[in-house]
Amino acid sequence: MRRSILTAATVVRSKNSGPYELTLDILFKDRARFELFRRRGVVTRRRIAALYRRPAADILKIVYFEPSNALKITMRRPIPSGDAGETDIYGAQQHAPLLGLTY
Amino acid sequence: MTAPKKEFRVLSATAILGYGFPEASFREGLRRRPHLIGADAGSTDPGPYYLGAGKSFTDRSAVKRDLRFMLTAGIRRGIPVVIGTAGGSGARPHVDWCEAIVRETAAEEKLTFKMAVIYSDMDKARVRRHLRKGEIVPLSCVPPLTEAVLDESVNIVAQMGVEPIRKALAAGCQVVLAGRAYDPAVFAALPITLGYDPGLALHMGKILECAAIAATPGSGADCAFGRLRGDSFVLESPNPKRRFTRVSTAAHTLYEKSDPYHLPGPGGELDLTGCSFTELPGGRVEVRGSRHVGTDRYWVKLEGVRRAGFRTIAVSGTRDPIMIREIDPVLAGVEAQVRDILRAERIEGRIRFHVYGRDGVMGALEPVKTVRGHELGIVIEAVGPTQAAADSACSLARSTLLHYGYPGRISTAGNLALPFSPSDARMGEVYEFSVYHLMPLARPDGFPARTVTVRGGKERK
Repeated sequence: MRRSILTAATVVRSKNSGPYELTLDILFKDRARFELFRRRGVVTRRRIAALYRRPAADILKIVYFEPSNALKITMRRPIPSGDAGETDIYGAQQHAPLLGLTY
Repeated sequence: MTAPKKEFRVLSATAILGYGFPEASFREGLRRRPHLIGADAGSTDPGPYYLGAGKSFTDRSAVKRDLRFMLTAGIRRGIPVVIGTAGGSGARPHVDWCEAIVRETAAEEKLTFKMAVIYSDMDKARVRRHLRKGEIVPLSCVPPLTEAVLDESVNIVAQMGVEPIRKALAAGCQVVLAGRAYDPAVFAALPITLGYDPGLALHMGKILECAAIAATPGSGADCAFGRLRGDSFVLESPNPKRRFTRVSTAAHTLYEKSDPYHLPGPGGELDLTGCSFTELPGGRVEVRGSRHVGTDRYWVKLEGVRRAGFRTIAVSGTRDPIMIREIDPVLAGVEAQVRDILRAERIEGRIRFHVYGRDGVMGALEPVKTVRGHELGIVIEAVGPTQAAADSACSLARSTLLHYGYPGRISTAGNLALPFSPSDARMGEVYEFSVYHLMPLARPDGFPARTVTVRGGKERK
């Protein structure tokens, strides 16, 4: 049976990384869950692109950061912070699609 | 230079000057005998408006309250006080705004001190010279700068590194008020001058600039304390309710960054690939292995914005299930109708609907395409080249949507619940980011600075 990300993570968040990029962080409860999640290869550029309805080229980086058992995904903002059509200046409410991940 | 044996202690007052801190935390921080009191005062996070309009996103009285504690403690105890990105965006009007608050506080508290005011505004002609030489490099996802965009841009600032702050402190200034500054530079300038390792000093600054946000439970309105040593630094919370943990500290290293291992800044980058975080007793964390790697040329980040018009909005909602079912064609119909009328009336203006309950939060990134709620919030937004044009477009969009006839409509008295009278609110100028590029700097300490003696005592005579 696949596990929900909600049982494995203590933090799932999004934020601007400057006005042109959005960065998503998943912090895992412990090293074991972090390692299992990483081994399962759940997060790929294509998967994130599909979740957020963006072209794969817009998913810029997927980095596993061991010191905090964390996964960081950085993507191009669909529009820069504050440009016409903006919905979230700080980029702090763009994490919800990640909450449906299973591993 | 060999690293000093003594520790260098830093009190970071708050995450952003004006966000506040408990007095007890600040007092406890002072009891730990800091060599420096600092606060970062800004960010691009609140969006392009504040830089463009020359206004602070923090409240004046809140900034004054924080400054009062920092200045009185710093001047009376002989501890340097450094403020970075004064006024929120760090352009001249922001720095001058913050300086006025410092002077007012000094007068009220009878404080006399030497202060450096460092400006970070970047002359357009200078940017243009570099642009013509191909030396203006866009950051990730940013379009290349053109001369036309440069012409339209206002309040261009360069993010200074430690050098101008070091220079001011070396000149004996007790208070440094810096324009746009790399956040960690506020905390790292003095210890780097004293011979501490720049990698450790900057990494400690990187964490301290957000103060207690990096502790657990996190808070943007509390102090943090750092002890810089020869080969490590230690973070601790002056508030007994919080502590630093390995995870809280390492997690903060991720915060608002694209890549947690490589953090670029003025003149180089922080390389954290060999970094370790170790928990110590008492809610403290020790960090080792952070390295600063300089680049061949010294590059600084430029930030600038251009005006995109004026905005007027109206907040409204609908509770009608048929309207909610038809929301997409209804709004498309209203938009087309409004566009035609504006064109006929020769009013330049563009309307947009923010539909909460559909995709108001995520816009194009929203994967959920079905509307399930029993009500929708609709924010009508109009942007035009003048405030009057924006007002006209918003008013027209509101009245058109209010009385728009759609297929199956049975609620014929009005389509919207409007919570306010007046219904339309002027939002003023609209700005957008136009410059977010790197530029080489021949003299990293060459930011224009003024040294002034603030005589608080005499002004109150």
